[in-house]
Amino acid sequence: MTLAVACMVITLAGLAAYAVLAGADFGAGVWDLTAGGATRGGRVRGMVQRSMSPVWEANHVWLILVVVVLWTAFPTAFGSIFSTLYVPLFGAVIGIIFRGAAFALRGQAATIGEARGLGATFALASLLVPFFLGTVLGGVASGRVPVGNAAGDAWSSWLNPTSLTVGVLAVLTGAYLAAVYMAADSVRADLPDMERAFRARALLAGALSGAVAIGALPVLASDAPDLYEGLTSGFGLVCVLGSGVFGVGTLALVWSSRFGAARVTAAAAVVAVVVGWGVAQSPYLLPGELTLEQAAAGDSTLVAFLASLAVGALILVPSLVYLYRLVLRGTLDQNYEPLDQRFKPK
Amino acid sequence: MAALDLLLAAEQVDGVLGRPEQDQLLPARELQALSFAVHIPLVCFGIAFPAMVLFTEGLWLRTGNPVYKALAKRWSKITLVLFAIGVVTGTILSFEFGLLWPNFMATFGEVFGVGFTLEGVSFFVEAIFIAIYVYGWEKLPRRTHFLTGIPVAIAGVTGSLLVIAVNGWMNDPGGYDVVNGQVENVRPFAALFGGNVWHELVHMYLAGYLVVGFLVAGYYGRRWLAGRRDQYTRSALIIGLTFAALAAPVQVLVGDWAARTVAVKQPVKLAAFEGLEETTKGAPFHAGPIEVPKLLSLLAFHDPNATVKGLNTVPKDDQPPVNIVRFSFLTMVTIGTALMALGLWYLVLWWRRRALPESKWFYRALSAAGPLAVVALISGWITTEVGRQPWVVYEVMKTDQAVTDAGGMWIAFGVMCVVYAGLLAAAWWLLRRLSATPAMEDISR
Repeated sequence: MTLAVACMVITLAGLAAYAVLAGADFGAGVWDLTAGGATRGGRVRGMVQRSMSPVWEANHVWLILVVVVLWTAFPTAFGSIFSTLYVPLFGAVIGIIFRGAAFALRGQAATIGEARGLGATFALASLLVPFFLGTVLGGVASGRVPVGNAAGDAWSSWLNPTSLTVGVLAVLTGAYLAAVYMAADSVRADLPDMERAFRARALLAGALSGAVAIGALPVLASDAPDLYEGLTSGFGLVCVLGSGVFGVGTLALVWSSRFGAARVTAAAAVVAVVVGWGVAQSPYLLPGELTLEQAAAGDSTLVAFLASLAVGALILVPSLVYLYRLVLRGTLDQNYEPLDQRFKPK
Repeated sequence: MAALDLLLAAEQVDGVLGRPEQDQLLPARELQALSFAVHIPLVCFGIAFPAMVLFTEGLWLRTGNPVYKALAKRWSKITLVLFAIGVVTGTILSFEFGLLWPNFMATFGEVFGVGFTLEGVSFFVEAIFIAIYVYGWEKLPRRTHFLTGIPVAIAGVTGSLLVIAVNGWMNDPGGYDVVNGQVENVRPFAALFGGNVWHELVHMYLAGYLVVGFLVAGYYGRRWLAGRRDQYTRSALIIGLTFAALAAPVQVLVGDWAARTVAVKQPVKLAAFEGLEETTKGAPFHAGPIEVPKLLSLLAFHDPNATVKGLNTVPKDDQPPVNIVRFSFLTMVTIGTALMALGLWYLVLWWRRRALPESKWFYRALSAAGPLAVVALISGWITTEVGRQPWVVYEVMKTDQAVTDAGGMWIAFGVMCVVYAGLLAAAWWLLRRLSATPAMEDISR
């Protein structure tokens, strides 16, 4: 494995972690948005608040990691991507601000009216971020980012069939993951009605994601033939099929209410897609323009980068393990409180 | 002089993405400045507040006095809220590096990027433990809870160290060679830790304590003055005030160190502090209409007769916008001196009488001190950042070479102005909301 490949593996690992962890936080926003009126949706929203609170900030940091790896290890590609795809990236930034701030503020709302306004902001912004970031990935994967300073088209680079498909898929998979995770959380919190609610949502979102993923194949075949070729041959195909198997397996596990295992397989389905995408467009970082090796920074930078990250991992990995252990054991669990009940006089 | 110009010209680097058209330069700079001005005060809370919270929790563990627990718990919640907002404003910054300055990032990302990698790790650790710490009240054993706060405090410092290392490098670039106008032979650690990092770090670190300490003390000082002389208010006031008052005099000394380093490494920036056109022996310093003879020479070289280089040692195009730098520098120095005086007022009184000042004027000044410390903080960053112009990498790459060729930056700037205004209003609303719940009730829940 060359240094450049090692750095790309880390980028994809960070992206996969972001998709699996933060993707679910955005998905939680989808369920918050669709929960219904203040009274009917209160219980679901309370669950969203409870599940996301201790983890969403740490989950968000994976995105920063991906951005930093790109500009350190593949600076030319970073400059080209960010200058061409500036419209969806600014959109994502605005979504990130509203999502994070509104969620943090909702925890302190004093009336149901405030909570609903902030909740709607949080939930709508939760749709924007994965959608825009998905269109960015689609623009890169379909070879619409040339090397240069804003050298690509500001609009067609992300308003195209591949980008839009990936954007929609990103929103749906997030919703799917969120429903699976929160079904598991509901079991732990001993809330059978919430377990049923999220089980139904997981099945719905899972089926929808699967349908869109299958529907994406003809879109890619016509809009991004090279990517399609990569995804339907060799190891790319293995990943796509693997993702399908994990996806169907997750549906079966959710159906039989084995949410702990479903958590793992749902995440695996998403990881397989990210890996498959990486494989499908290798050896290119910017398809047709710039290979991974051409894009890579000098060896001294890559070595320093990998060494820094290795040292960092010695601290980071145990810290993450500690956080998720506390979360999954329920030590940090907040008291469950339906969102509308919080404002009732006690 | 001609030989030097040639040497400088030879060292300049061609951006790998080519020469931009530059019509987006002004909105890009305004947007970047705005984003920093919003983010940097939040950084202060990341640097200083966790240590103050832990100090207070430590007092609780030692004395068992519930007032300290109530205070630490309340402050930890504020830390979390400000951290959440800092996370999003910091994310904006990392995106803006690419959105606004793609050619700078594409060309030099490999030189300083490792700094941000380590910063990313540090930030990650901070995010993990801040969640454990704040959500772990009453749930983790006392000692464990205290220990989970320590990584938050450490990560706040290491994170800012690494970001400042990159800024230090931009002001004093090194750790790479230029071969045919291209960056080669990168030595990432030499780049990060060979530059201006150390005085910038200590200066910013103390600024964090000044901003947070005075903002906290100012808030509780107003309550104290309004007659709420309970133990809770008194403890909060003393803790905030002590941290700030101890930092203030040291900051003046560190400022002196910073100015002397700038005098040697970036003489044009130093000349801009005073607007010194011609190279002068025994250069004066103007504070508004007052001219103090030889003061600039004294400040810059600790020698009243030292020669200070003037702005005209470089061509007009290579000079920074003098009036902005000069005014910002004067603002920072004036406020810094006033804060030191206020800190000393408190420290001397405490030392001699073990009592808080009685004078109403002290508390009036104190409630102004926090916002003024923020003004000084921003002025300081304007001094160093605008003082570096027209260079993004000092004497190597000009800012107009770094900028994006994408259009629409005025629109982006306008939108972000609205977004930031909303964000600040929301943060303000939230802090007021938090302060409306009595803190002592908070610990019984």
